[in-house]
Amino acid sequence: MAALVKHIDRPVAIAFGFIVLLLLAGSLYSSSFLSANYLLQQLQVAAFLGLIASGVMLVILLGHIDLSIPWLVTVGGMMSTAAAGWWGPEWAIPFGVFCGLVFGIVNGLGVAILRVPSMIFTLGINAVAQGIMVLHTGGFAPQDHATDLMHWLAVERVILGIPNAVFIWAALGIAIVVMLKRTPLGRYIYAIGNQEGATCLSGVNTKLVIISCFAISGMCSALAGVLLAGYSSKGYQAMGDPYLLPAIAAVVLGGTHILGGRGSYLGTIAGVILISLLASILSVMQMPEAGRQIIYGCVIIGMLLVYGRGQKVLG
Amino acid sequence: MSLADLKLRLAQSQGLIIAVVVFVLMFTLYIANHPAGLTVPVVTTAANKAVLLALVSMAQTLPVLTGGLDLSVGMVFVMTNCLASTLVSGSPLEVALGIVVVLLAGAAAGFVNGAIVVYGRLQPIITTLATGAVYYGIALLLRPVPGGEVQEDLADFMTWTVFDTVPTSLLLLLAVVLLVWLPFRNSVVGRGCYAVGSAEGAAYMSGLPVGRSRLAAFTLSGLLAGIAGLMLTFVTFSGEASAPIGGTYTLNSIAAVVIGGTSLYGGAGGAIGSIFGAFILRTIDDLLFVFDLPPLWQPLFQGVVLLGAVSLGAARVFRIRNRLELFN
Repeated sequence: MAALVKHIDRPVAIAFGFIVLLLLAGSLYSSSFLSANYLLQQLQVAAFLGLIASGVMLVILLGHIDLSIPWLVTVGGMMSTAAAGWWGPEWAIPFGVFCGLVFGIVNGLGVAILRVPSMIFTLGINAVAQGIMVLHTGGFAPQDHATDLMHWLAVERVILGIPNAVFIWAALGIAIVVMLKRTPLGRYIYAIGNQEGATCLSGVNTKLVIISCFAISGMCSALAGVLLAGYSSKGYQAMGDPYLLPAIAAVVLGGTHILGGRGSYLGTIAGVILISLLASILSVMQMPEAGRQIIYGCVIIGMLLVYGRGQKVLG
Repeated sequence: MSLADLKLRLAQSQGLIIAVVVFVLMFTLYIANHPAGLTVPVVTTAANKAVLLALVSMAQTLPVLTGGLDLSVGMVFVMTNCLASTLVSGSPLEVALGIVVVLLAGAAAGFVNGAIVVYGRLQPIITTLATGAVYYGIALLLRPVPGGEVQEDLADFMTWTVFDTVPTSLLLLLAVVLLVWLPFRNSVVGRGCYAVGSAEGAAYMSGLPVGRSRLAAFTLSGLLAGIAGLMLTFVTFSGEASAPIGGTYTLNSIAAVVIGGTSLYGGAGGAIGSIFGAFILRTIDDLLFVFDLPPLWQPLFQGVVLLGAVSLGAARVFRIRNRLELFN
């Protein structure tokens, strides 16, 4: 038990504590907040954000950031449905994720080889992806409704009433935890986040590590897009727009340092659930959009002031 | 000034010079292909659109110089727009008071960002991500649906010309440069911003006002975004709490700052470069219009140009001999 407690650091504990607090506060408002059905519904919605945040976390651990999330999610959703129309439904998911991979690799090449700041290069890729999607929709009138498999993965609950999307998130999460903790690649990611120069001098192929992380992030976003298309049964433009800021906020609230090198996946899970739950409770309380935005911002600042403060500059 | 000094100055403002040259070439191309040619209405319309982004980009430049990034400039812009659409109307006294309140609100928003960054010791990017949501919420409170009004004579004057020759908006921009940016850059806190951006530890050890410089940079950034929001109200005659407008301006302002030669790592560059960066971005849109590019291709073309422009800095990578310099 003591060993387990030692492994959970302060930010993660506070984030989980806040989740419990939110649920308790919500249950005072309405007892349905503690019902299994409501909680499972929250997990299902959180799963989409969780997939995106997994990729974003890897990039942030490197000390970079991925601002191409919105349109890579859209690329995943729209290209998967289009592929189903062109070559048949079995191509939908592989092709959607493949497109995300391609954009992710281009992100990585720009950041690792050209050494353009990731902030601005991924922003450019976001604009290019948007341009391609606009051209794709207008020029080719592709199929936009999701395949049965996509719908099944995103909406159905096969085992014990737990949504399938949660299993996908869990599988991806386990893969990422194993990668971060048990493989050289994972250790290199933390090392680059702390001291890229030193890592490179130690003989690590830092460029390959950076490209891999951006590629994984692209795939995660596209996969989330595929599932979102399944969830709303069609892929459409700008479907990824609401996910960029929550994904970054979730990762940072979970204790991952925005400048890289520190953070755990458990924290990201806590952050994702926290953000989803907060949004859901505010919307159940019929809080107007204005109040929701203000509370959302204040919660992020407030929580970070508790545990995310930087070091004092002392020369 | 000796020749060596001149060479250094030129090398330091390389980014700015390139931005100016590119803008002049592009704008000449635009005017040459515009059916009406170089006339006052054409230039005024172009100026009004460009000045909005130029002001927001100047606002973005200050935090970037200190090594941070302000993701809330677009939202402060939208918030002050909504505020101006409720306050800047009525008698001349009310209008004047309204303008002062709008600018103060912008500065206050920037100050809050700065205070959280300096005293709360949070990273600027994540701080402004969160405060941006708050400012957007306030904008929605002020103006749940688009609308409002603004003193029409003043709005007409600000979006038209002085003596039928020079667009008023350009004069406003010039005034901001001469009365706000240049005095600030030459002040102790202004120089402190550059020092903090290039080496915070060294700046601290040299006794520079590190915290005060950062705070001033963010506050001034809010003020500039407030001026832009006021100008937007004059252009549109109304206020709108629109998240897409805020988001687009924030992202374009980062691009304009980079194109204008300011380093995203801080410590080098300046607001004048960002103005030309903003002008370039706006002229790209205008060029697409005069060259009659099919509308479907426009977003892709804009994206590719943006990506190409920000990748230009990569030329540095291929000149470097010592690979360790890459990591600085």
